[in-house]
This record gives sequence, structure tokens and C-alpha cells, in this order.
Amino acid sequence: MYKAILSRILQTLIVVFTLVSVCFLIVHALPGNPFTGERAMDDVVIQRMEASFGLDKPVLVQLGLYWKNLLLHGDMGASMNFKGVPVSSILGQSFPVSFQLGIVAMLMGCGIGMPLGIVAALYRNKWPDYLSMVVAMMGICLPSFVVGPLLQLYVAKPMPMLNIAGWMQAQDVLLPALTLGFGVAAYVARLMRGGMLEVLNQDYIRTARAKGVKTLDILLKHALRPAITPTVTFLGPAFAAVMTGSFVVETIFGVPGMGQHFVDAVTAKDLFLIVGLVLFYGILMGLANLAVDIILMFLNPRLRA
Amino acid sequence: MKYWQYLIVLVSSVGMLGCFNQETAAEKATREGVLLLGNGNEPKALDPHLVSGVIESNLLRSLFEGLCIEHPSDDSQSLPGAAQSWTANEDFTQWTFSLQPDGRWSDGTPVTAHDFTFAYERMLHPDFPSGYADMLYAIKNAEEFHKGKCKDFGDVGVQALDDATLLVTLKAPVPYLPSLTKHFTWLPVPKHKVLEYGTQTEPYTAWTHEGNLVSNGPFQLKKWRQNHLIEVEKSATYWDREAVKLNGIRYYPIKNVNTETRMFLNGQLHVTYGLPPDFIPLALSDHPELIQQELYIGTRFVRANCQRPFTSNVKVRQALSLCIDRQSLIDNILQGGQQAAGSVTPPFGAYQPEGKTSFDPQRARELLAEAGYEGELPELEFLTTDSDVNRRMAEAMQGLWREHLGLRVRIIQREWKSYLKMRNELDFDLMDGAWIGDYLDPTTFLDLWKESNGNNNTGWGDARYEALLAEAELIEDPAQRYQKLLVAESYVMEQTPAIPVYHYNTNYFLSPSVQNWHPLLLNTHPYKFVELK
Repeated sequence: MYKAILSRILQTLIVVFTLVSVCFLIVHALPGNPFTGERAMDDVVIQRMEASFGLDKPVLVQLGLYWKNLLLHGDMGASMNFKGVPVSSILGQSFPVSFQLGIVAMLMGCGIGMPLGIVAALYRNKWPDYLSMVVAMMGICLPSFVVGPLLQLYVAKPMPMLNIAGWMQAQDVLLPALTLGFGVAAYVARLMRGGMLEVLNQDYIRTARAKGVKTLDILLKHALRPAITPTVTFLGPAFAAVMTGSFVVETIFGVPGMGQHFVDAVTAKDLFLIVGLVLFYGILMGLANLAVDIILMFLNPRLRA
Repeated sequence: MKYWQYLIVLVSSVGMLGCFNQETAAEKATREGVLLLGNGNEPKALDPHLVSGVIESNLLRSLFEGLCIEHPSDDSQSLPGAAQSWTANEDFTQWTFSLQPDGRWSDGTPVTAHDFTFAYERMLHPDFPSGYADMLYAIKNAEEFHKGKCKDFGDVGVQALDDATLLVTLKAPVPYLPSLTKHFTWLPVPKHKVLEYGTQTEPYTAWTHEGNLVSNGPFQLKKWRQNHLIEVEKSATYWDREAVKLNGIRYYPIKNVNTETRMFLNGQLHVTYGLPPDFIPLALSDHPELIQQELYIGTRFVRANCQRPFTSNVKVRQALSLCIDRQSLIDNILQGGQQAAGSVTPPFGAYQPEGKTSFDPQRARELLAEAGYEGELPELEFLTTDSDVNRRMAEAMQGLWREHLGLRVRIIQREWKSYLKMRNELDFDLMDGAWIGDYLDPTTFLDLWKESNGNNNTGWGDARYEALLAEAELIEDPAQRYQKLLVAESYVMEQTPAIPVYHYNTNYFLSPSVQNWHPLLLNTHPYKFVELK
């Protein structure tokens, strides 16, 4: 088992290295200059700015220096758009916000999605199943830029304790988390239903029923563990995606998370910020997938070999 | 009680708690004397020498103070700022500023004339990457020093006669210099703090970071949370602190105007940065007491590439202009009460250029025929950004040109950096563009069309036009100078390197609790005078 984990860690490191290096080169290939703006600037001024960030060197040298500074000094470079603010400082300020939002969103997503999926499977082709799946379809089909403003208008507006947007008080996490979690809940509900249906048709469940075991006991003790496998597989990458923020949800609710940096940095061609975000996201995705593998090994002993 | 009964009690309790009428964030802030301001986006920096945008300008105005400051209700006036008084020689080429005797940085260090000379040297230094240094080019030898032709800053027309007196010598008469010094490029920087975190010409040091920044304005930096808020508090060392009514300002970088509008209506802001265009008619009917529609010194225009065969013909450019139904675009797309542009420079104060544009498709067709273009016309490329409003404006103009001239126009939408690249390389036939005045003088618009101006981006240059501007530069009498500039304005309109479409205005929400906030053409509200009641 430990060998398998070590192997996954090595694979993750190779993937992250390749991802960041390719991303570095792609950003260089993008059209436009990070320092140009509405007002014209002399070429000399732009060259001075480029030199300040080491962009006057050949691309491969820049890439080498990036890895050297990162590995030897932990230096992720500085943002060009935010005039020299260290990328680590930007991530340090925005990640805790996204993390907090992501945790609540995942809890909401699982808390809503899992019971919906189980109920749907338990009452297959009856009204609770249809109702659950309608809710799940809504979660998949309704984009967050529709759900978010609806929650602002019909939930936050009548309740003075909730802000429409902003990150000023503890409860400000609720509506953006619900918007993010709604989409997660939808997928979780469908996966949970599918997994549960497959398990509930197994012979050992039928035997348990025949022996008079209570439905709740069948579900919790015998069916849930094998049925949850597809959901866990989905939750790993979903966790990494939710933890790194969502541009749309953050923009709608004015949340100072990481999501908006992904879009803004690309628009501004902010090389070190883009690469820093990709590095961070890559590591998080690798860790989430590793966590999924470990959880699956615990859930299914056959995978431990 | 069963579980579900507990659940019902819990949910209804939370629901009832939420429905109690609480004090809103804006009401609480009003009580505390803190202004809550939507500021559009996260600032790029707080170093006055590295920034160039409106968002940063709004912040710098509260933190720093230049020689002169804005009047709360009249753009054309300049009030004493870091300078308590100033005098000029007869031909307005030499200005002496006497600094406030009680002027202090927020750490208590006196503000001296040396801080100003240090700031201007830093901004103009060839090794410092400032993108806005040309705002100081009115100073004698400033341009030469910036471009490395003059090596000694001692030859530049800025001199600290003593700690409290600054002498500024200009290359030509500038009767409006006090107005110019209100711009953030003329702000001082704390020499002792800049040098504590780096050298004079080192650009991206930590002197402006939270905890390090020292400023000389009515407020000082308290908190800076990226993409969340910037909070400033009243400075205890400001020379005119008794006059400052606010205890602080919180700037929220809210990018989405819809969110910002909803926040305002929910009592979370005192002032918004803008309003969504589609929401303006509703705001006018439902919230007339809250909406502000004010003229803003900016012009939106269509640049014509004068280096390409078809658009290099002046009659073609005039024909294109005559086919734009400006009022219809304003009424149906922008909906913000903008003013149809008849000139490149918006009319203001004593400068009232004659409107030279009209909607006359018949005349446009005649002009096109006179230019020798009949029958099959070349297809043009119209470059614009990826914003929704710009796309709609481009489509409307595309339709007008097709309908009235039979001209096929292909819209090229590009994201910001690609758009700038194509603009700078003149890789377009027509392009959407805009300019916002830096100060209240026509030259902030007219200088754009000089051939050497980096913001021209039309490939157009004309010796007669440049001569008119050069003549105006030497005129000392303000009224006569305006007359000459009006001639230049009329000439550039006739040549039409850029087709003016509309003059900007601002649309935003303002809470009635905000006092001493008046319409200003430059939209540079001096927070020092703002009060909350």
C-alpha cells in the first residue's frame, strides 16, 4: 500500500513539473504584453519593466530561473499586474478564503446530495426519486450566475442578517457556499443514486432484507460503503476545484478568493501569477486524487494489493 | 419531541432571527463616520509613480496631497493642498509654491520641498519604469531628462529653494499649472520611506505595503486586503485635520456592477462605482433620489487607420462619421444620458467647441462618391474589446454603415491585451477607443492627435495642426489661447482621424446621507470635505 502511495506521489510531482513548465511556455506564447495599458508607453519603459521581472532573458533561461528560485528559495516570483506583489502573498491572502468557502460548499454539497441520492435509490421510480432527480438536474443545469443572483434577491434581501455580497461577517460564507454546493450536490445525488441502486440489487442485500434486517440498517451498515465509491472518486477533483475558488461565484458575491485571480491573471498576462496558480492547483489536485486513492483503498480492501 | 419537530423549531427560529429589522452596514458606517465606497476593481499599486488608472487615483486622493487640491464643487478652482500659497511670474513660466508650515507625513516627519523634487526626479528618472512621466513634461528639461538627453537633474526646472519653498520652471507658459498639480503624477512621495525600502529608482519595493506606507493626505492606510477592501483612517498628523469630517473610508473592489448595485440597495454601500447600463432606466424611474448622472470629461470615438488606403481618405472618414446616428446609439444601447459628441474635446467651462458632427447619410454617400468610391467597396475590420456594451455598439455601427453606405464591416473582438497589441501595431481599419481627460484643459485631448503622441494610434499627422497647437502653447492670455485651441479642434474634426461618438458621463448611486459630494467633470471628489449625516 505504501509503495502505491509513494508511486502516486512521484507521478504527481512529474505531472506538476510538466504542467507548470508547459504553462510557463504557453503564457509566453500568448499575444500582448503584460505591461501595456490604455496609455501608450515608450518601448524603453516597457523594456525596463520587463527587465525588472527578468523577462529580458531567453524563455528557457527564465523557466530555469523560475524553477531554481522556487526550489531553492521558495520564491514564486512577483505579480506584474499588481506591481511587484509577491505571488505567495496573493495566494496567502486568497487561498484561506477559498478554502473556507470550499469546505462549507463541500459540506453543503455532500449534506444535500447524499441523502437525495439515497432517497432516490430507495424509492426508485416513485415520486421521491423523481423529486430528487429534478433537484439534481436543476443543480446541473442552472449555472451559478443564475443561482447566485436568485439567492441574493430571494434569500439575502429579505433577511437583514445576510449580506447581498461581500466578505464582512461570518455568515457571508453561506450564500456563495450554497451556490457552489448546489452544483456539487447535484452530481453527488446522481452518483449516489447510481451507486446505491447497483448495490441494492446485489444478492447479499436481498438476503439481508429476507432475514428481516431494518431498511436503515441495510443502508448504513451494508449498502453505503460499497455504494459511495463513485461519489468519493468524484469528490477528489471536485474538492480541489472548489478549494481553488470559482470566478463566477466570487465575482457575484464579492468573495476575495483565488478564483478571480485565474481569470484576471490570464487577461493581464500576469506570467508568475498564472504559473503560481497552476502550480498550486496542480499540487492540490494531485493531493486530492491521492486522498481519494487512499480512501478507496480503505473502502475496498482489494485495491490495497 | 421528535427530530423533525426540533428541526422545524430550529429553522423557524433562524428565519425569524433573520427577519428582525437590523441596522444596515451603511447606517452603522454613517454613525461611525466611515464612507463605504465601491471602487470597481483592485488597484494595481499605491505608488503614485507606478499607476495610471482611475481606481488607483481614487485611493491616492485620500492618502496623498499634491501642491493644490480639488475644490469640492468646482473643477476649475484649485485649493491649497501641500502648498499654502503660490505665485507665478508674468508669463506663467515660473511658479513658486510655499509649503504648509504644518505639513507632516503620517509618521510625523515634516513634508518638505525636497520630497517633491525627490518624487519628480524618481518619476522622470530614465531607470524608473513610470508609464505616466509625460504628465511632468511641462517642466523645463523634464522630457530631456526622462529620455536621457539631459543627464543632470539639476538642469530640470524643479528646485527646492529651502525646505518650505519649491520653484517650478516650465518650458512654456502654463496658466493652468495649479490644476495640473492636482493630478496624482504630481504628488510627493516620502523620501525617507522610499529609501528605507530600496533605492530611488527601484520600482517594486515594499514602501507602499500595509504597515509601511506613510502619506501626507487627510487619510492614512489602515488595512489592505487584496480583492476584499482597502481601509483608510483619518490622519492624526494632517495639517488641516480639523476640516476632515470623515473618520475613514472603506474602498470595496467590486468588479461586478450588478453585485455592486444590489449591495447598495441592500444598504451595504454609500456610493457605487457605476451602474449596469440596462439598469439605468429602472433606476431613473424607481430611485430618482439615489441615481447621479453627471458629465465626465471623456470621449468615446472610432479611430480610423490613416495608413490604410481606404481610411486614409479624409472624405471616407467624414462619410463614416456622417452615418453614425449618435443619439440613437445613446438612447438604445448606452441608456445613460450621455451626450452625442460633436468634438473630440468635451465642452466645459469657457471652452465650448462647435458641434461638427451630424447624422446625414445622403451627404455621406455623396462624399464617398467624391472620394471615388462607388459600387464595390472594400471590407473593413473594426477592432473592439470583448466587453458586451462595446460589442453592441460595434454591431450597431456595422449596421448603420451597411445600411447607408453598403459597406461591409467585420467586427474583430479581442481580449484586452490582444486589443492593445493590435491597436499599437495599427492592425485595424477602424477601432473603438476612448480618452479621459487628466486635467481640465483642452490639450489633454488635443495633444493626442500630434503625430509623435504615443496615444494617437491612427497613423495621422498634420503639420498645420501641430503648428496651431504650438502657437497656442505660447499664448499667455487664457481666452486667446482657447480661441486658438478651438481652431485646432475644428481642424482635427474636419480631418477626422478619429470619429467622436459620445462624451462620457458617470452613472452611479449616491446615498442621501453623503453630504458635500457634488458633480465634478473630472469625477475627482475630494474626500476631505465629504461628510456623513
